[in-house]
Amino acid sequence: MGLNIIVLAKQVPDTRNVGKDAMKADGTVNRAALPAIFNPEDLNALEQALRLKDKYTGTTVTILTMGPGRAADIIREGLYRGADKGYLLTDRAFAGSDTLATSYAISRAILKLEKADIIIAGRQAIDGDTAQVGPQVAEKLGMPQITYAEEIISADKGKVVVKRRLERGVETVESPLPVVVTVNSSAPACRPRNAKLLMKYKHAKTITESQNASEDYINLTNDRPFLNIPEMSVNDIDADPKWLGLSGSPTKVKKIENIVFQAKEAKQLTAADDEINELMKELIANHTIG
Amino acid sequence: MNNVFVICEIDEGKVVDVSLELLTKGRTLANELKCKLEAVALGHKIDGIEKELYQYGADVVHVGDDERLDPYTTLPHTAVITGLFEEEKPQIALLGATTFGRDLGPRVSSALQSGLTADCTSLEIGDHEDKKAGKTYKDLLYQIRPAFGGNIVATIINPDCRPQMATVREGVMKKEIYDKHHKGKLNKLDVNKYFKPEDLVVKVVERHMEKSKVNIKNSSIIVSGGYGMGSKENFDMLYELADVIGAEVGASRAAVDAGFAEHERQVGQTGVTVRPKLYIACGISGQIQHVAGMEDSSMIIAINNDPNAPINRIADYVITGDVAEIVPKMIKYYKQNTK
Repeated sequence: MGLNIIVLAKQVPDTRNVGKDAMKADGTVNRAALPAIFNPEDLNALEQALRLKDKYTGTTVTILTMGPGRAADIIREGLYRGADKGYLLTDRAFAGSDTLATSYAISRAILKLEKADIIIAGRQAIDGDTAQVGPQVAEKLGMPQITYAEEIISADKGKVVVKRRLERGVETVESPLPVVVTVNSSAPACRPRNAKLLMKYKHAKTITESQNASEDYINLTNDRPFLNIPEMSVNDIDADPKWLGLSGSPTKVKKIENIVFQAKEAKQLTAADDEINELMKELIANHTIG
Repeated sequence: MNNVFVICEIDEGKVVDVSLELLTKGRTLANELKCKLEAVALGHKIDGIEKELYQYGADVVHVGDDERLDPYTTLPHTAVITGLFEEEKPQIALLGATTFGRDLGPRVSSALQSGLTADCTSLEIGDHEDKKAGKTYKDLLYQIRPAFGGNIVATIINPDCRPQMATVREGVMKKEIYDKHHKGKLNKLDVNKYFKPEDLVVKVVERHMEKSKVNIKNSSIIVSGGYGMGSKENFDMLYELADVIGAEVGASRAAVDAGFAEHERQVGQTGVTVRPKLYIACGISGQIQHVAGMEDSSMIIAINNDPNAPINRIADYVITGDVAEIVPKMIKYYKQNTK
């Protein structure tokens, strides 16, 4: 008997590599210049799901992502690495959602999918770093949550055993299924793409993406229904619009400031021996070091 | 009613530092709002824990003492906090941004449908005018945090939902005894009335906690490395410098992500906030997320091959050059000129 696993994944701007060209002349972030990537800890989450699939025959791994049309890349990436299918939750009504409105939309979508045994997500996404969506989805679904997971040790007989990585050590917890687990970056990295799966799924598209597709493509997907990536909109998830988007978000952004450091008068040095020695001498003399 | 609450974290019977830091901050906020400061402490065998919380300014301490509250698991703690908040209706609730606070906070905020802002670096009280709705809000909590990987700073507010919840990392706020003789009121909670059977399904089967080996928060000198160190091997030379001059090694997030150093060493908004006497930033460009965690250092030396690196703007000494060449020179000089 296999498990039914849903992996929550997010497409994020690669905020770790914000170079100079990623800042506009007015000092604001040029989001268009940042590559969109699979949120790193969501890849750790996917790996945990795939390991359970390896271990328990008949397990299905479904990727669920919320975002604009281009977030279908996340689903394709997941399919290349071993996920069985994916859903793109996309609608303009989701724009402006904070973590609570996001969690509400995701939890409604999950209820529309085949009943999940385990929902696995990355601990947090690098564009917001809040670590809130996992626990909030769990709360909305009335499921227990296990955060900061490093390893899902087992998931059978109706319960899951998970090792958590905390500030000062590890903890092993046991919870009945269904459960939401969020995975840390200290968990094993995700396996790479599989060449066969890449060939199998490289033409996988959402309905929106295949709108302008040629007749050949339509014929292809008729033969291979697994190439269709289903989209879900507000109408598909029985959501109350007042809990979505800006109106469903209790937190509001009052102000955004770009970072401008107050420049200090700094002493400029080079790597020359005498300059380094002079600095060290000064630091030792005034007891800053030593 | 409508007071400022701090949800305290208890570790082995002791209140952790970040909770005391938040009480200090909470006291300031409560004074400004002319309301009371209340603390919640949940655990087991924590008799007398309220005394320390009074000293840090709590006017009321709610204590829940029950074996099912220790070790911490999400659901029983959520049940008690949510139930208590529904009765007490706090206007503000603060938690440490530890694994405890970041596990409990979102669960509580979702249950109460109230907003939560993670990892705030500053909390202030201020007004807000919603021009579209023609409404003015008095005395909101401004929750200020870097966002977008630290490239911007956002001020977040929760105009309509209560409590206004925020988490803050350890070391960001200063902890200060408010008044050694300050006495508050103890409210012993009957936790049974909050638990439902399904709150008790998760069990901790094993725990291995150790004292942290890394203590950058209390170190007076920190040698910190960034992505610009280039490799794990290059990064490792910082341990030698640190060893020689009696410092602890820190790291930027990029260096931690690249695997140069463990997460415990991360300085910045999503790591530790430090205020050492000397901070040597090696190969760190100085994104706000990092700077937020070290800008209060008494002296900053920036070593970077980019003369325009943002870190240089807050540095007292800027050394422009190859860090792999400069650090060994510093080690050599120190070894030759001290005993």
